[in-house]
Amino acid sequence: MSDDNNAPYYWHRKLEGNLGLFAVLTTIVILIGALVEIIPMFTVTAGPQQLAGVTPYTPLEQAGRDIYVREGCYTCHSQMVRPTRAELLRYGDWSRAGEFEYEHPFQLGSRRLGPDLHRVGGKYPDAWHYEHMRNPRSTSPGSVMPTYGWLYTQSIDAADVQASIKALRAVGVPYTDADVAGVPEQIKTQGGEIVQKLASQGIKASPDHEIIAMIAYLQKLGVQGRAAIKAQTAAQPASAQ
Amino acid sequence: MRVSTLPNESTVATANVRTASVAEIPLTTAVGGAVEYDEQITKYFLGGAIVFGVVGMLVGVIIALQIAWWPANLGLPWTTFGRLRPLHTNAVIFAFGGNIVFTAIYYSMQRLLKVRMWSDALSRFHFWGWQAIIVAAAVSLPLGLTQGKEYAELIWPIDLAIAVVWVAFAINFFMTILNRRVQHMYVAIWFYMSFVIVIPVLHIVNSLAMPATLGRSYPIYSGLTDGLVQWWYGHNAVGFFLTTPFLGLMYYFMPRAAERPVFSYRLSIIHFWALIFLYIWAGPHHLLYSALPEWSQTLGMIFSIMLIAPSWGGMLNGLLTMKGAWHRVRTDPVLKFFVVAVSFYGMSTFEGPMMSIRAVNLLSHYTNWTIGHVHSGALGWVGMVSFGMIYWLVPKLYKTEWAKPGWATTHFWLGTIGIVLYTVSMWAAGLTEGLQWRAIDSEGQLTYPSFVNIVEQLQVFYWLRLVGGTMFLVGIVMLLINYIATVRGAAAPAPTARRAAVAA
Repeated sequence: MSDDNNAPYYWHRKLEGNLGLFAVLTTIVILIGALVEIIPMFTVTAGPQQLAGVTPYTPLEQAGRDIYVREGCYTCHSQMVRPTRAELLRYGDWSRAGEFEYEHPFQLGSRRLGPDLHRVGGKYPDAWHYEHMRNPRSTSPGSVMPTYGWLYTQSIDAADVQASIKALRAVGVPYTDADVAGVPEQIKTQGGEIVQKLASQGIKASPDHEIIAMIAYLQKLGVQGRAAIKAQTAAQPASAQ
Repeated sequence: MRVSTLPNESTVATANVRTASVAEIPLTTAVGGAVEYDEQITKYFLGGAIVFGVVGMLVGVIIALQIAWWPANLGLPWTTFGRLRPLHTNAVIFAFGGNIVFTAIYYSMQRLLKVRMWSDALSRFHFWGWQAIIVAAAVSLPLGLTQGKEYAELIWPIDLAIAVVWVAFAINFFMTILNRRVQHMYVAIWFYMSFVIVIPVLHIVNSLAMPATLGRSYPIYSGLTDGLVQWWYGHNAVGFFLTTPFLGLMYYFMPRAAERPVFSYRLSIIHFWALIFLYIWAGPHHLLYSALPEWSQTLGMIFSIMLIAPSWGGMLNGLLTMKGAWHRVRTDPVLKFFVVAVSFYGMSTFEGPMMSIRAVNLLSHYTNWTIGHVHSGALGWVGMVSFGMIYWLVPKLYKTEWAKPGWATTHFWLGTIGIVLYTVSMWAAGLTEGLQWRAIDSEGQLTYPSFVNIVEQLQVFYWLRLVGGTMFLVGIVMLLINYIATVRGAAAPAPTARRAAVAA
């Protein structure tokens, strides 16, 4: 066996007898990679690039996002389109870093048990989502998605949403005092618009119900990014000439 | 120079097998008096591990059924897949895996250091605190209280509790080492120490958040930065929760069960430092082809590939420790479990680096292949090495024999065949969906434009996976029954006395 001569490893034997040194060395060894990878993410040059035209979620959309997180939608749906031809055809433009600027927490996901949702905004009418969440097989025969009946009975609490908006402002999302104060009004207005659109499709819905917030959130996904990317690519050839 | 023989219990006698080396588990020379180890705390954690293992794996089987047959979601908020999946992952990692690791640590470190745990009170606080956290998780996750970050779903009050309990555990851990009655720390202790140090670093950095309500908070990081921090955490949960402490477990229990010294002391040094240095960089491989900055993705990929070396160093050191004991694998279920576990460790630490190569990842990412990979590590390595330890430990701890000695081998085969069914079906499912998602026909259009049609094709694999997972669950249920019968038998008067009483 190769171990009979331990002499070259005597330095390590010393380390094995010194708890403090061993613990400090372990900490240093694991901190190197951590710091090298994490710190540059907070710099302008090496970190994620911003994208002009991307705004924070409205309170109703944020309420919908909170429901998305609560129901663990990320366990089956990704929100990150990769830059390949197949994904361009299936989902649309690949996801840009700046599109996620106001996402706390990120919801990129790791699994596509169902399709990617990053560009789902505007893909289907509100009525489609309304039917889909209640019974996924009514719009997508063969789907294995659960039904979400309780979104049609449980209501959104404006004060709760307000608390969320305040907390998000504290972590850097640029909401103004007026935004915070206007949460109940905003929910009512945007919710009302969705209810009206649903009514035009013959669906009677209540503006307080969670499904309305969910629809607001899903319809926002990827829309601003798509517009910003379009504007960018339109501007590029012009500047090249 | 201090050299060591295998320790305490007289069952092991390696001194005359070969020249003893420093790679061996330390000994009796430094001990100046009898030490009474705290066996109770080991028994507590062991019981917790088996019970929560059954629960966590049962939830796994339920959610596997939900994917194969959606009505199993029951249409209730707290039983849908999206809420139960985090319950499954948290239960198997932190409840089962955690309790296993603590069992191993409390049993082995007292013996390796020749000293009782520094504080019985802290040991108990650690045990009850950890179980309370598990119960809080089991209640809050089905209620939809989550932070929405994988394996870090628990809400901020529970996160705080984890930090407090961990500090108590760490104090007890380090004070016990300071109080040790041997000069040197054996290799298992190094691995345990990296676990005790790194987990709170990961947990705290990733959980920094602003509370909105008692049940909801928002991480201080946004977008891709949050993603990077999360996967730095997530991958090192694999590295420092499911790998290093389990390697520590391997380094103590495998030589004990094989009655052979660790193969190479040098290898253990090299692979320890290389493993903990490299692991911490690997997180970004979860975000390949995302909008994460290119430099970060490249670092993640390169370090993941390099991880093969120290991982296989550990595997080889484990397998080669079996030298001279291979004939016993035929008859000893403990060694069966250990050998298969270390082999699965080798396989999944080869597969992982391969999957983090960008071109491979483009195919495997988002698919069931990842699920298969995770489970070859989780069931194959973590699960099997845990069972090996349990089957070896219970007779020692309770000073008795297993009530149903034959069941261990049945458990082993159920588990092994279950894992094979699980991983093979997930590989097949992953390749099927991965290839169909990206197939483009001669017109330049998607060959399989309907996503749901691809989903339907996977049904057969989902059912097959369910069979494999159920076999693995049946195995651990057999262990639970066997364990209860054994513990009851140990507590009851000796069987001969009982028989005599009946006869009279």
